[in-house]
Amino acid sequence: MTESRAKAESPQSQETVLKGIPASPGIAIGPAFVFMRHAPIIEERSVLPEEAEREVGRLEQAIARSLKELRKIFEFAETKLRDDKVKIFEAQLMFLEDAVLFDAIYARIRSELKNAEFIVHDEIGKYIRIMLASKDEYTHERAHDVEDVRNRILRNLQEQRVISRLEGSAIIVSQNLSAGDTVILSRNDVLAYATDIGGITSHTALLSRALKIPAVVGLKTISHLVHDALSMVLDGYSGTVVLNPTEETIKKYAAKRERYHQFEARLAGLRDLPAETLDHRRVELSANAEFEQELDFIKIQGADGIGLFRSEYLIVGKEEFPTEEEQFAQYKLLAEAMYPKRVIIRTFDIGGDKLMTDSAKENNPFLGWRGIRVMLDRPILFLEQLRAILRASTRKNIAVMFPMVSNLKEVRLARKLLDQAKHQLRKDGIPYDSRMKVGVMIEVPSAAIIAEDLAEEVDFLSIGTNDLIQYLLAVDRGNDVVSNLYQEFNPAVVRFLRRIIERGKKKGVWVGMCGEMAGDPLATILLLGLGLDEFSVVPNMLPEIKKIIRGVKFSEAQKIAEQVLRMKTEDEIKEFLRSIMKKKFPDIPIN
Amino acid sequence: MIQREVSIKNRAGLHTRPAAALVKLAATFKSEFFIEKDGIEINGKSIIGVMTLAAEQGSTLTLRFSGVDEVEACDAVAELIERGFDEK
Repeated sequence: MTESRAKAESPQSQETVLKGIPASPGIAIGPAFVFMRHAPIIEERSVLPEEAEREVGRLEQAIARSLKELRKIFEFAETKLRDDKVKIFEAQLMFLEDAVLFDAIYARIRSELKNAEFIVHDEIGKYIRIMLASKDEYTHERAHDVEDVRNRILRNLQEQRVISRLEGSAIIVSQNLSAGDTVILSRNDVLAYATDIGGITSHTALLSRALKIPAVVGLKTISHLVHDALSMVLDGYSGTVVLNPTEETIKKYAAKRERYHQFEARLAGLRDLPAETLDHRRVELSANAEFEQELDFIKIQGADGIGLFRSEYLIVGKEEFPTEEEQFAQYKLLAEAMYPKRVIIRTFDIGGDKLMTDSAKENNPFLGWRGIRVMLDRPILFLEQLRAILRASTRKNIAVMFPMVSNLKEVRLARKLLDQAKHQLRKDGIPYDSRMKVGVMIEVPSAAIIAEDLAEEVDFLSIGTNDLIQYLLAVDRGNDVVSNLYQEFNPAVVRFLRRIIERGKKKGVWVGMCGEMAGDPLATILLLGLGLDEFSVVPNMLPEIKKIIRGVKFSEAQKIAEQVLRMKTEDEIKEFLRSIMKKKFPDIPIN
Repeated sequence: MIQREVSIKNRAGLHTRPAAALVKLAATFKSEFFIEKDGIEINGKSIIGVMTLAAEQGSTLTLRFSGVDEVEACDAVAELIERGFDEK
């Protein structure tokens, strides 16, 4: 059964839902436009000696045309994209101008007496193969650029016309889109891109994000299922594409689009601005995340990275521990999706009950077998997780963090296991980031007191206020009777935080916070003033926290912190901070 | 012919920008220029050749120059690489 017959027989009005990889955020509702690019046909032909020069001439012309096309795309890209994306086209132009490469190709045409297409395909193919085989991610990607250039030359050799103009607005559906296609097509009213192949770091994905065009890649079969003008909905947040959506479906997605627009409005303009105070103190503003089907792109857009990835999410609701391969796949996806932003993965922070096969319940799990204690007692599982994290670190944007550390020995044991994992991977020739940064959570008070010693052996500290405050004030947040005693602004907590930050910085490590307090607008100025280097907050609060950081002077925040440190009650501190927030940021809601 | 060993200093390795700088500099000299890494030798004046080296930070390259200005070429190119291509 041929393709066209298959399309004609498929029920025209049936709603079909497809799932792909969310590549660029946004929701598009509109008609499809199928973009077909025929793969260049490579024929091997022998040519007579007198015809060889003609082949050389054909190739020279094809190269000249390709240069012209790429320069046009490059110029257009410069107006629409930032530097780092434009580099893709710079690299492609450089390949086209590689005299050594083309001299070799011309020489081969003349000596082997074959047609230009064949020699071009073969000679450049050698380089592509070597690059694809490389373990270096970067080089592996460049292979696609070289392939794009080769295809462009071959197309021009065959004098294929390029369609890059559409009428009206459309969702472009294609088997694949090269970097050039993605950019040049965007001159039209493109609502979204949807492709069969491609990953989250493919050119289509990266460029779509830069062009702010929603996109879903890796849909596998969409180019076969769609015809021009077919009604579609594309959700770049979740990777869902709906063909022939019902009225109801359209309404649902239109509503979702509205909700995200509102979030964008709050973020308005802040998204690409750094978390920097008025007097230029730059702090890191990251997001706390779990693994969701929808990696909340839009929310994490305004962040510098993920400051806390709760890996135990991978265990929730499962009967068994995830295998190293399963973990590696998730961590890798995370690293790729966030690249070049950093992701800090916290190793499994679970209660012992997750591992206990019998129903031996602890009397006091909060003070019991949890966090790093569990993992150190199960070194095989710990090693698997560390291996998976290391394997996912090849893009050099992953850091690891250990939970519930209470003494230095635990850190040393954990680091030893990490070294073991590295050694194993090295032996097996599996690449990883040898300089992956290691940090610890400061949530147990003892860790806070020995923060200096810990800081000497790790790269950063992250304060987990949720548990720290509970341990420090002897309060169970979940206990209604005493929950009001859980106080972020208790003087003891503030002074404790000050000491942790001082101690860490004394030893040259950065100190961040991933507890809820980091995302509490009332605490932002205080935390800034105490010298906190990194705020990792719940994604929804990113706009507000950034606004506050950008709206104060660090010197001012320091003075405010000094004053707060002298106060003796929680009420005094809260009232003081409330009055400041009311004056400076009246629009930001606070408790 | 002269030969020199260098190591890649910059963090991201020999990616597009430094590769381009390397090729551009090499082109200003008349001498032939080859780079060897892990037993594979490529023409140092070819950007696509340099890119296939996939030279990451810390890797060792052997540079080979032959021609009238081989000494100057070797010094200039080696220095550029040792300087980490002036990247931060």
